Amino acid sequence: MREFHPEHPTLLGFWIYLMSDTLVFACLFACYGVLGRSYGGGPTGADVFDLPIVALNTALLLLSSITYGFAVLQIQRGARGGTLLWLALTGILGAAFVGIELREFAQLIAEGNGPQRSAFLSSFFTLVGTHGLHVSFGIVWLVTLMIQVVRHGLIPANKRRLLCLSMFWHFLDLVWIGVFTFVYLMGVLP
Amino acid sequence: MSATDPGALEPSAASETPGGDDHGVEGASPFHATLKDYLTGLSLAAILTAIPFWLVMSRVLGSPGATTALILAIAVVQIVVHVIYFLHMNTKSEGGWSFLALIFTLVLVVIALAGSLWVMYHLNRNVMPVSVEQMRNAP
Repeated sequence: MREFHPEHPTLLGFWIYLMSDTLVFACLFACYGVLGRSYGGGPTGADVFDLPIVALNTALLLLSSITYGFAVLQIQRGARGGTLLWLALTGILGAAFVGIELREFAQLIAEGNGPQRSAFLSSFFTLVGTHGLHVSFGIVWLVTLMIQVVRHGLIPANKRRLLCLSMFWHFLDLVWIGVFTFVYLMGVLP
Repeated sequence: MSATDPGALEPSAASETPGGDDHGVEGASPFHATLKDYLTGLSLAAILTAIPFWLVMSRVLGSPGATTALILAIAVVQIVVHVIYFLHMNTKSEGGWSFLALIFTLVLVVIALAGSLWVMYHLNRNVMPVSVEQMRNAP
């Protein structure tokens, strides 16, 4: 018999970790909010941001969030194959997101608009880079859990881990809403 | 897709529970996610993402100030949508503790963001009389 049990110490603890991570991002957002218009004679947001690419990246991350949601549905049904399939799709979408972001960074640096160019670009690289780093570690975690599921199946421990990662993954998509609104869209506006 | 993978699920879940081990209980899902929730969340999120991009990319509103206010408001709504439909957050999960942590964090986020922007804006206006540009162009 499975009845609702309010105590999930691991998930509650992980939620509190996510809240502390929110504070990290809040500080980086505040930093960008303060420095985001200090161009130091360098390029402005309107000069360097490529909105169609950002829209594509946003779509990729939102889709990866929903594919992880579908994985959670498969986990609830106890379907190992379905879980692995949706997790793999999530990982591919996440990797595409990181790839496009790295390409954007490489282009900026190649054009001489690296983080050392101006306070605007320093705060931009710190904020967006920290988010990208989170997604990259999320992918490492995802692959690790896929191996765990292949080897041990959907045992309770693996389910718990997968639910923690689902919170982490959706949380990163949530932070990205702040990034594309506050950094890219508002950065392009005069 | 086959519904279950024999030997991987309920039997092991049951075998871990005896002995008052909390970890067996923890394996159970704390929420019941439904396809409907995810699809509702996805459609709302897609609409709430498309609108701000459209507003900015095709310069729908004349004033940048109004556009900024509107896209920030839409972002807040989309964050709430994600919290409800993707993170399955409600006031009752984990006995209300996760909601309490969320509210506490939001208060800190608002203080950190609003406080930094407010203080630094006034510093910029009142303490630094010359900008880098002005200094560079000074005779």
